[in-house]
Amino acid sequence: MKLILAAFLLGATPAMADWAETLAEARGQTVYWNAWGGDPRTNAFIEWVSARTEAEFGVSVQQVKLSDTAEAVARVRAEKAAGQIEGGAVDLVWINGPNFMAMKDEALLHGPFVAGLPNAAGVDLSEGAAATLDFTVPVEGMEAPWRLAKFVFAHDSARAPEPPRSMAGFVDWAKAHPGRMTHPNPANFMGATFLKQALVELAPDRAALAAPATDAAFGAQTAPLWQWYDALRPHLWREGAAYPENESVQAQLLNDGEVDIAMFFDPAAPAALIAQGVLPETVRVFVPDAGTIGNISFVAIPFDAAHRAGAEVVANFLLSPEAQAQMQNIEVLGSYSVLDPARLDDAAKAAFAALPTAPALPRLEDLGATLPEPHPSWMTRLTEEWAKRYTP
Amino acid sequence: MIWLRLLLAGGIVAPVLAGLVLTLAMALRPEASGFAVAGIATSLRLTLVTGVGATLLSVGLSVPLSLWLLPKARARAWLAPFLAVPHATLALGLAFLIAPSGWLVRLVWPLDLPPAIVTVGDPWGLSLMLGLVLKEVPFLTLVTLAAAAQHLLEAHFAAGQSLGYPRSQIWRQVVWPMLYPALRLPVFITLAFSLSVVDMALLLGPSHPPTLAVQILRLFTATDPDARFAAARLAIGLLLVTGGAVAVWRGAEVVTARLLLNRLRKGMRRVPRGAGGAAIGVSGLILGGAAVLVLALWSVARRWPFPAVLPEQMTFVGWQQLVWAQTAGETLLIGLAATVISLVLALIWLEAEDRSGSRMRGGALIVITPLLLPQISFLQGVAQGFLWLGVPAGRMAVIWAEILFVFPYVMIAITGPWRAMDAQQLAAAASLGAGPMRRFWRVKLSLMLRPLLTAAAIGFAVSCAQFLAVLLPGAGRVQTLATEAVALASGADRRLSALYGLVLALLPLLAYGLALGVPAWVHRDRRGMRGER
Repeated sequence: MKLILAAFLLGATPAMADWAETLAEARGQTVYWNAWGGDPRTNAFIEWVSARTEAEFGVSVQQVKLSDTAEAVARVRAEKAAGQIEGGAVDLVWINGPNFMAMKDEALLHGPFVAGLPNAAGVDLSEGAAATLDFTVPVEGMEAPWRLAKFVFAHDSARAPEPPRSMAGFVDWAKAHPGRMTHPNPANFMGATFLKQALVELAPDRAALAAPATDAAFGAQTAPLWQWYDALRPHLWREGAAYPENESVQAQLLNDGEVDIAMFFDPAAPAALIAQGVLPETVRVFVPDAGTIGNISFVAIPFDAAHRAGAEVVANFLLSPEAQAQMQNIEVLGSYSVLDPARLDDAAKAAFAALPTAPALPRLEDLGATLPEPHPSWMTRLTEEWAKRYTP
Repeated sequence: MIWLRLLLAGGIVAPVLAGLVLTLAMALRPEASGFAVAGIATSLRLTLVTGVGATLLSVGLSVPLSLWLLPKARARAWLAPFLAVPHATLALGLAFLIAPSGWLVRLVWPLDLPPAIVTVGDPWGLSLMLGLVLKEVPFLTLVTLAAAAQHLLEAHFAAGQSLGYPRSQIWRQVVWPMLYPALRLPVFITLAFSLSVVDMALLLGPSHPPTLAVQILRLFTATDPDARFAAARLAIGLLLVTGGAVAVWRGAEVVTARLLLNRLRKGMRRVPRGAGGAAIGVSGLILGGAAVLVLALWSVARRWPFPAVLPEQMTFVGWQQLVWAQTAGETLLIGLAATVISLVLALIWLEAEDRSGSRMRGGALIVITPLLLPQISFLQGVAQGFLWLGVPAGRMAVIWAEILFVFPYVMIAITGPWRAMDAQQLAAAASLGAGPMRRFWRVKLSLMLRPLLTAAAIGFAVSCAQFLAVLLPGAGRVQTLATEAVALASGADRRLSALYGLVLALLPLLAYGLALGVPAWVHRDRRGMRGER
């Protein structure tokens, strides 16, 4: 057993017989994919996935639209607490960072399964590669990558033509434009990411952020952050007494002209929202000169998933060049692919090259360096500390 | 009657009790104490201010409004749509209306950037209170008018007016206090609801920190496993707060009655106040109408930037895509199931009482309890209980959970007309040889067609409006228009949430329309069946 496990971990060629078995078992299943439902384009993409997997493998996908991924974690946890070991409500979950760490630590996940997916061959899974770490937590085959995420800001170039060039620069900008900038509540992932982005730039020793946050390290590394934030906060929208719930609500504020800056974890999101008529056409992406943090989004399968085989088939399909090119299409989703370009065959390369472009869609070279995510414990503590300091 | 008791005990009492006990058990776990929740004192204050404030305001406004509507049977018909429109729809529309960049500001503001005013999500909870008041005033007004119909009020007015008191003063100081005992329970339902509302608080209330009920929902769904124990503890706390608020209210009734009596004894004749009720009625109608209208506009907008008063480009793509139809179908299915089951239960109950010739003891308690408890204090427990019973999270669980709230309203709506049924008709049927079964099917149901359909429409509207009863027992697998509208409100696309909010209101309005139209058509040549009861 250990040997087989080791073989999986090392990415050995999956036994084709096993996969045929999975395909046979999966036929006719409906996979309940728990995924954040706030983005209609992602929802539409998931419907496209369902149509494709239905046609090709007889597996349909039903999206369970979450307002927060923690809901799915809580559900699986409740099932485990109730002694349920199969027939769980969640088959597949779009997951990241702290939620993944929680599910992995509490043994709520099925796997390792990634190396067993035939299409995983297109992903760089060598040691230390981006797809092997989720917020510095080793993935170890317990979740499959599906889309690339990178933190970016967006500004309305008509109203605010000169956005700040660094996180430190936000203070002066906000002073000059009082009430014209905000960030999502740090209880939300995007709000916490804003704080993390500032932490990565302002921390005295960036290397310390890769290790779990101790009391001492947290105090030392975050001191400049709080100083910066105390200077920034009085000049925020509603003087920092209220915050938008998430980045989508902040995008609404940008469209309404209540603020001039929004933020996304997807460089193509502004272009996509412009195409839908949700944002003004003058919105453009900008990033601090030093770069921004980025990561890969994953899907995981709970230990008690009712349709495990179907979930694996869907996870595998998501890694196909067909699905990845469809996803990267700005008219569909505009999320950058997780496949390693070096591993693509000519047909796949041509499919990516033929994708359309848009004025608000940044070129890869405009996005700057991708900075590593801090260890998830930093985000948890940042959120808690922020709530403690700034909740009236 | 034993089997009826068992049915009600197992179907309604047991889930509520089990839900409470399971929540309490979670709250008593040691993990619950080690969890710090930031801003909890502010949350408590917000809950009390918005919950008690909205109830006080609603009661206060319903007094002049119901006086104004007393002689206007036709104007009263305007209350029904307000009752039918679910909280989520009204809250969404109101948010689009009163936001700093909302429709009202667009109508008057001259600049290109919205004013830096604080409205939706304000830290004082005023927007939330406005939303609650807009929904609760029609409810309280309707029960006031129903209570007034039970008395011969003109004699009181005539006596008062002959002594030189204006009608408004007689109403406020004599008649309304006389009706109040019948209003007490609806007021307490309003109070409990306002203290624990979640969907409206998510859409209109403050978020940093939010009200207790929203904070509890956040904790129940947080990543940290210990958070749900803290959530359970706060849920029990909210239950106690609600109980305390009801007790204080009851005490305040006594004090107010005494003060009022003193004032009455002084014999002051006050200036007649006539316009108050009309102003409240008309402004409520305008606000509610505008809220629905702005939803309709957003649902067909393509680009609608600030400060444009109307959308720059229109599109019907959202409607044509029919994505909403599936959710509407699910809402319809759940609503029909919950309503039909509740209706059947109510009929079994009332018919069993008729045949045994006695009223069931403790019946009122079964009916009213789920409405007097904060939903979040037992629904998470109910969902857990269903899981242990082997009812998987999903449609079945949601229907069952919704019946806990639909059945009381159906029962309340149907009991009065049922007991007021013309006994002579039944006696005549019996003398012609109709047995109990035949009397039930052919006579009672025919006589009761209109009240039955009205009760069904009310039940259906209650089902459509449910949010927590879908979210928690449905485990996210079940999406209704209410949960989708609220979820989409935190997405970037306001046009979609507007569309869902609007469809959410259309379903119950349609049901009310049918409840009015079908009996009118069936009884088109039965004059005796068309009058008021």
